[in-house]
Amino acid sequence: MRELSLNVMDIAQNSISAGASLITVTVEEDEDLDELSISIGDNGRGMTPEQVEHVTDPFFTTRTTRSVGLGVPLFKMEAEMTGGRFSIESTVGVGTTTTAVFKPSSVDMIPLGDINGTISMLVMMNPDLDFLYTRGYRPRGEERREFALDTRELRTVLGEDVPLNLPDVTQWVNDYLSENTSELLTKDTQEGARDI
Amino acid sequence: MKSLAELQAIRDKARAAVNIRENAEAETRVLVGMATCGIAAGARPVLNAFVEEVNKRGLRDTMVTQTGCIGICQYEPVVEIITPGKEKVTYVKMTAEKAVRVVNDHLVNGNVVTEYTIGANAIGAK
Repeated sequence: MRELSLNVMDIAQNSISAGASLITVTVEEDEDLDELSISIGDNGRGMTPEQVEHVTDPFFTTRTTRSVGLGVPLFKMEAEMTGGRFSIESTVGVGTTTTAVFKPSSVDMIPLGDINGTISMLVMMNPDLDFLYTRGYRPRGEERREFALDTRELRTVLGEDVPLNLPDVTQWVNDYLSENTSELLTKDTQEGARDI
Repeated sequence: MKSLAELQAIRDKARAAVNIRENAEAETRVLVGMATCGIAAGARPVLNAFVEEVNKRGLRDTMVTQTGCIGICQYEPVVEIITPGKEKVTYVKMTAEKAVRVVNDHLVNGNVVTEYTIGANAIGAK
């Protein structure tokens, strides 16, 4: 994959196929630890311990259409290539959480890419499902900060009759994500400037 | 900063507008392949371009949606356009730019963009 955000979209499709009604995507960056952690959790049907064991094997899939499943193995490989780690926790009837931790300073690090595009598309294409997207960031030597997009919150504002994939709503989501992301990633120098 | 108040305004506007979408049957379906193969080949900008262009043109009888892998991964991003009563059209190796042209030529004017179809791009076709 050219962007890690594409992996997020890919893994989230597994959650959708697993019948999840709530999908949680968390992107957590810590410059002091040199870590970028991406986690995708769902409340879908979950997997048996035996399935979990095999899920990182590219030649294992529950599909019957063909015998390979590359999404999860790719994601794992991309994390481990950077010196990071990968884990899947799953309980039948409860859900699955996939977490990949990357070392951004590694030469093999794949850029995160357009994560907002991924989130926006997931919301737009699945208006009946709920998504909770959290992005956390801790710049070197600074406090951790975060922002979140919770479609359950949007739904309470919109009511039942206005769908989440209405073009105006999609535009709002896009603007919300890009404004909050750029604020999150701006190095916090303003407060210091005010003190002077 | 975007606020929930703005979202409320969108809701009120949407409720006030006579919603034709509910009654209009989505006749034409645009299916974008979004399995691992499609995503890796760049299906996301293609899907975005279709959604954006269809909304811009107000094509209410067209539904853009995603599908899985249809088994021709070497031709991804693949887009299928299904209109009832007509033969299914499969576009291959799509880009956002090609998507805009497909919306304008095919969906709006009804002319299939032959040069982007799988028939014109299949190995040995040229």
